[in-house]
Amino acid sequence: MTLLEQFHIWLKAIWPGFEWAAYLVPALVGIIIIIAFILIMVIVFIYIERRLLARFQIRLGPNRFGPEGIFQPIATALKVLLKEDVVPDRADKVIHFIAPLIVFIPIMLIFAVIPIHEGAIFTDLNVGIVYVVAISSISTVGIFMAAWASNNKYALIAAMRTIGQMISYEFPIVLSILGVVLLAGSLSLNQIVAAQDIPFFLMQPLGFAIFFIGALAEMNRCPFDLLEADSEIVAGYHTEYSGMKFAMFYLGEYGHTVVHSAIIATIFLSGWRGPVLPPIIWLLIKMIIVFFVIVWIRSTIPRLRVDQLMSFAWKGLLPMAIINLFLVAVEKLWLPAGMPWLMIVINFIFAGILILLWSRLFTLGGGKVEV
Amino acid sequence: MVIKTQPFILNMGPQHPSTHGVFRMRVTLDGEVIVDLEPVLGYLHRGIEKLAEGRTYTQVIPLTDRLDYVTSMTNNLAYVLAVEKLAGIKVPERAEYLRIIIAEMMRISSHLMGIGFFLNDMGAMMTPVLYMWREREKLVDLFEMVCGQRLLYNYMRIGGVSHDIPEEFLPALKKFIAEMPKFIDEYNQLLAGNEILLARSKGVGILPRDLAINIGASGPVLRASGVNWDIRKADPYSIYDRFDFDVPVGSAGDCYDRYWIKILEMRQSLRILEQAIAQLPEGEVCANVPALVRPPVGEVYMRIEAPKGELGFYIVSDNSIAPYRCHIRPPELINLTALRDMVIGWKVADLILTFGSIDICMGEIDR
Repeated sequence: MTLLEQFHIWLKAIWPGFEWAAYLVPALVGIIIIIAFILIMVIVFIYIERRLLARFQIRLGPNRFGPEGIFQPIATALKVLLKEDVVPDRADKVIHFIAPLIVFIPIMLIFAVIPIHEGAIFTDLNVGIVYVVAISSISTVGIFMAAWASNNKYALIAAMRTIGQMISYEFPIVLSILGVVLLAGSLSLNQIVAAQDIPFFLMQPLGFAIFFIGALAEMNRCPFDLLEADSEIVAGYHTEYSGMKFAMFYLGEYGHTVVHSAIIATIFLSGWRGPVLPPIIWLLIKMIIVFFVIVWIRSTIPRLRVDQLMSFAWKGLLPMAIINLFLVAVEKLWLPAGMPWLMIVINFIFAGILILLWSRLFTLGGGKVEV
Repeated sequence: MVIKTQPFILNMGPQHPSTHGVFRMRVTLDGEVIVDLEPVLGYLHRGIEKLAEGRTYTQVIPLTDRLDYVTSMTNNLAYVLAVEKLAGIKVPERAEYLRIIIAEMMRISSHLMGIGFFLNDMGAMMTPVLYMWREREKLVDLFEMVCGQRLLYNYMRIGGVSHDIPEEFLPALKKFIAEMPKFIDEYNQLLAGNEILLARSKGVGILPRDLAINIGASGPVLRASGVNWDIRKADPYSIYDRFDFDVPVGSAGDCYDRYWIKILEMRQSLRILEQAIAQLPEGEVCANVPALVRPPVGEVYMRIEAPKGELGFYIVSDNSIAPYRCHIRPPELINLTALRDMVIGWKVADLILTFGSIDICMGEIDR
């Protein structure tokens, strides 16, 4: 039972006859909490990313506004909000307007089910993980709408890439999540956290790696940032966006990172569980560790090409995810319960063998087309 | 069911993050695949060749700075060598050595930027560029010591160089030469063996050996295609015949070879620098040349191995104080003509990569 649900029951008891109000008030409170939490986290993540990236690139990063530059994201946000909102002449104006919302809103929806203590913020949905996967793919539609509506050829290329990339990487992600679901025996995120006496990234190293890579592609981070590949297609789908609408995309991008860090932390790094510190702090620490790795990858690795991206998903990740799922199912069925260490050893060995095998068998090359 | 598709035309540039200046490509795309490409040049045309006709021979030197502004002093060198050949001026030993030292430093500086932006075009988000700028910054500091400028140096003179190097220059340069191999290893550690880099650049944008020779390509682009042609060896100018160095040659002619050859060339440049410093004699740095040079009637073509290829100056003199005609053979423009053949059938991302691997600077192409 979450705090909001308790609040709702309490309100119902003290306001007899005002059932609707007893629903409305906790709902509004929850929405405000989620928006505030996401916005604050986005600002924190932007700050961390800029400073970290600067460190990786032997620069200092923004350090002027406020102690160590902590107010810089606020200044940036203000700057972006005050910019002129330019809509291209022949754009589809309605869709051009709606698209940023469709990118941004699913992120808030996902946060409704992320467990931050023994319950979630909003509700502890019993099919939480299905909900997360379903909602997180909605923003694909938003990106496609933005690209299509802005009547720009760079954006059009980005739109083509989006659809291919997002759809391809859903499959390995879902399959690697299934492994976790098998282990935990539940679709509820809270049950999954409760099942992680040993974090699942140890129990399923391969599943973790696949999910992490897939998540990088889902949130369009390097090396899968083909949608906004600035050296190729200028700014991709948001080439024609400015001002508030661009800020929404920016928020959406970082919001996605926040959400996916939270999901990775929840389903593979044992979520809010940890000694001494309060649960929410543990969740934040794990999110920031995940985010650190994401920034690290971004600052180092070049970008894949679009056909390599697709073949990596379909020939690389997908077969591995299927094998991983099969392996977990067999282990769940035949290994005696209460021996997690045996499973960890077997899974690490299998992960090593599979990755070695794939690195030999699978090549990313090719790509020339006869015209 | 067959979906009806049609190719579309995309104007890349002149305002584009990776066209390195103001290059414009009119690309016909079939989805992501490049069907046709037509370069549109001239956005940075300043008429340097024509301007040169209205200036005295010495006044042309600052103009050559503005050709390939990444390797300004190499352009100076090509020009002054041409004029000296035309007028028959003998250059003091020390000046020759200083010119070689500066030219090889320029080569390292240019290759650092070329490699950095090549990796940036590949999507490695500024990190390689900034690592390479760290060393380029040291080089620029050294140039500032020599001639007081950080970008457009105007250091070479007809008959030598403008002034001698300061005392602190040689120790600083020696320190740089000692440190640099370690930094080159560091760049290689960062990305050279990376699977994505190999997948993106091996076999991509191949320039076959025959085609490379036919279009008259030069520099790293030609050598990556497997042709052992370096003007420093093939037609030694200045005092390059006194140094011992190798010419790295590639085999495949793809983007990776063009990238790798630049790394190897930096090591060779360091070798030349070491030898040049060891042999550096004392003495005058500029021959006694009149302020207004009047070369005899005639014409001359002088070529040098600039970091990006064969940089040539063709000068016609009518025995006046200004050149009658000054034509520049820009290596990058000639190399760029191969771009269309290299990228047809590849994808947009490969176009940017191949373009980056040719390593161009618009100042020289549009002149």
